[in-house]
Amino acid sequence: MAPDVPGTAEPAPRPRRESSSRPRRNLTTAFVVSRIAVLAVAAAILLYAVPPLAAAGSWFGLWVLGAATAVIGYLYLTRRFIPAKYLVPGTLFLIAFQIFPVLYTMTTAFTNFGDGHRGDKQAAVVAIETGSVRQAPGSPEYALTAALRGGELVFLLVDPDTKQARLGTAEGLEPLAGAQVGITGKVLSAPGLTVLKAPEAAARAKDISALSVPTPDGAIKANGLSRAVEGKAALVYEPACDCVRGEGGPWTADEGQGYFVNAAGEHLAQGWQVNVGFDNFARVLTNPTISGYFAGVFGWNVVFALASVAGTFALGMSVALALHHPRMRGTKIYRIAIVLPYAMPAFAMLLIWRDMFNRDFGLINQLFGLNVDWLGEPLTARFAVILVNLWLGFPYMFLVATGALQAIPRELTEAASIDGATPWKGFRKVTLPLLLVALTPLLISSFAFNFNNFNAIALTTDGGPFPAENPQVGATDLLITYTFRLAFGAGGAQFGFAAAVSVFIFAIVAVISATAFRRTRKQEEVYA
Amino acid sequence: MKLVLRHVFVLAVCAFALFPILFVVSAAINPIGTLSSTDLLPNGFGLGNFADLFGSDIYPFGRWFFNSVFIALVASFASLLLSMFAAYAFSRMRFAGRRAGLLALLLIQMFPQFLAIVTIFMIFTRVTELYPAFGFDTVWGLLLLYLGGALGVNTWLMKGFLDTVPKELDEAATMDGATHAQIFWRVIMPLVTPILAVTALLAFIGTMSEFLMASVFLRDPESKTLAVGMFGMIAGDNRNANFGMFAAGTLLTAIPTVGVFLWLQKYIVSGLTAGAVKG
Repeated sequence: MAPDVPGTAEPAPRPRRESSSRPRRNLTTAFVVSRIAVLAVAAAILLYAVPPLAAAGSWFGLWVLGAATAVIGYLYLTRRFIPAKYLVPGTLFLIAFQIFPVLYTMTTAFTNFGDGHRGDKQAAVVAIETGSVRQAPGSPEYALTAALRGGELVFLLVDPDTKQARLGTAEGLEPLAGAQVGITGKVLSAPGLTVLKAPEAAARAKDISALSVPTPDGAIKANGLSRAVEGKAALVYEPACDCVRGEGGPWTADEGQGYFVNAAGEHLAQGWQVNVGFDNFARVLTNPTISGYFAGVFGWNVVFALASVAGTFALGMSVALALHHPRMRGTKIYRIAIVLPYAMPAFAMLLIWRDMFNRDFGLINQLFGLNVDWLGEPLTARFAVILVNLWLGFPYMFLVATGALQAIPRELTEAASIDGATPWKGFRKVTLPLLLVALTPLLISSFAFNFNNFNAIALTTDGGPFPAENPQVGATDLLITYTFRLAFGAGGAQFGFAAAVSVFIFAIVAVISATAFRRTRKQEEVYA
Repeated sequence: MKLVLRHVFVLAVCAFALFPILFVVSAAINPIGTLSSTDLLPNGFGLGNFADLFGSDIYPFGRWFFNSVFIALVASFASLLLSMFAAYAFSRMRFAGRRAGLLALLLIQMFPQFLAIVTIFMIFTRVTELYPAFGFDTVWGLLLLYLGGALGVNTWLMKGFLDTVPKELDEAATMDGATHAQIFWRVIMPLVTPILAVTALLAFIGTMSEFLMASVFLRDPESKTLAVGMFGMIAGDNRNANFGMFAAGTLLTAIPTVGVFLWLQKYIVSGLTAGAVKG
């Protein structure tokens, strides 16, 4: 197609002689109003978005916001870049909420991000040190009063021997002047502070036990609501040797693993996030406990997606064919009845189906007088989820097949029957190929959707039934539900590893779909 | 031909399609309201489950219903517009990166979205700090999130449909001095009603059922959508006891969708076909 089709280009770059006969562009009211509207919206967004960013000191955020607004303002005020004018609104959202998260997720596939490796090394050191605090021998037991300074929770600490009050905050100890100390050692009032009464303090017990006041030798922490003790860290980080000294140690930092390890090969529970290169990907492929299951899950995943697409398409098309007959009566009512499952909320119907398959009081067993533990046996569970997916999906296929059938001229099938083809042959050789040409793109996207159909599994079997020896991989687990369990499951989050698995899933689906697309000659037409 | 056989077959499929729905109806009007006491055919009649649903202190069903319909309507309308803009550009204009852009739209859909949840969670933790009005537990934040998916399969469907609209129409309008914006709003939009209806319905159904993102995003009971709220209704020990309420909620949830469907019905078949054939 010619790159400069009339109607796609702005009228602005007109030949010269024409522009002398009429003005280059009328300044219509709509033109002026739309430009003013763009400016007003941009200004409103800036007015709303700038103050919080500035207050938080996020200069990078401000820079991005400013640059984006400037580009958008320029884009809509100039007459050039017409395609961009139409593409930018959707693309902005796409970048912010899909592309950026996806790319970020992909980068975590090269790290060990997950439980035990959430923050940086500094955070790990702080966590290790504060986590190992024990009461220092011979340290005083302070009388504790909780108070508020502004909105911030602070400790008022009274030394039992000297009766001297001090102020403890998350930054450290400060002297406290003018405090009134009661007989029990509790502070009754202090200038500039709101002393919490017992019930108020009890209501904030969680904050109180979380507050740690750092001291030169360790930290002061609350012990109950009215006592506080100074503790000493049993593990202390020494920058000189890049190691943690203390019980069981020395623990030296291993930057490869993101852990402090000792001579015995043990590591401290708290680690930090490091780059692990392709380790996660290698683990998927080589670790026998994982790659063994990966193959099994992948196989079932393909079966599930294929069976879902084939089943829904076959059933939907059969009904469409059955109704596609000039003397067929009541098609309107049939059509509404068959489309109804599609209109029901899918998440709720999945849960309802789960309960219909229930062994003890489920509808299926009740209707057929069976006592089958449908979702408890691998084979029946697999059958059940495919059946449920068939129920959910075939109305859509029915709709599209109905539409596509109506687009196929009746003369074609008539010609086939005149030539002596049986109805079956006419269908096989004429109708079906034409239907497939029309519907292949939809079938492919249906395959991609079902390949990652998280809800269909998560809301019915949740991957189960699980074999006794491995509660991580169930018989109906798709790659995506399996990955979800890895990423967020009870066994501790392994985001980095889960991200690596999802990169694999992405590659698999993309390759299958791309091949399928290539095989349909329609592709060229789509790009025309 | 054997019309009787056709009727028998279609009736059997109808039975398959309708029996779970009949079960839901039966559960919804079951006066006892538990799973174990529900049969396929109603064994009693009572509106107690509906009354419980709206009178409940723990489950603000009315609020969830409003949230869901509001989010679904606004999100499908806005994403329709964004998608239509993009489809117009992809179908009618030629520019560098057009082919790559179309392919990228298809590919990005194939990444398992939910894994990005960790990142999305981190993004919105920051947004909640800066702009609470668009943070967690707000419909506006969730709307923004859903608009991220506005460009996608729907854009392909629309582009395919737009390709079938004769180019001569735009050319004629250009000759008459129309700008690209005027062509879009005055010429193209009125012609693409069927595909707008289809994508609106698909987007509406998709948003009403969306569970994963919403369950991470909405934690406050007042801000939940139907999918998240009703899932909590039959979670754990309440599975049997609240079944009637759940079924009643399911029926009520279907009403807006069926309404939108009946409203758009006459466009749907033609829209799906035209989009499918080309896109």
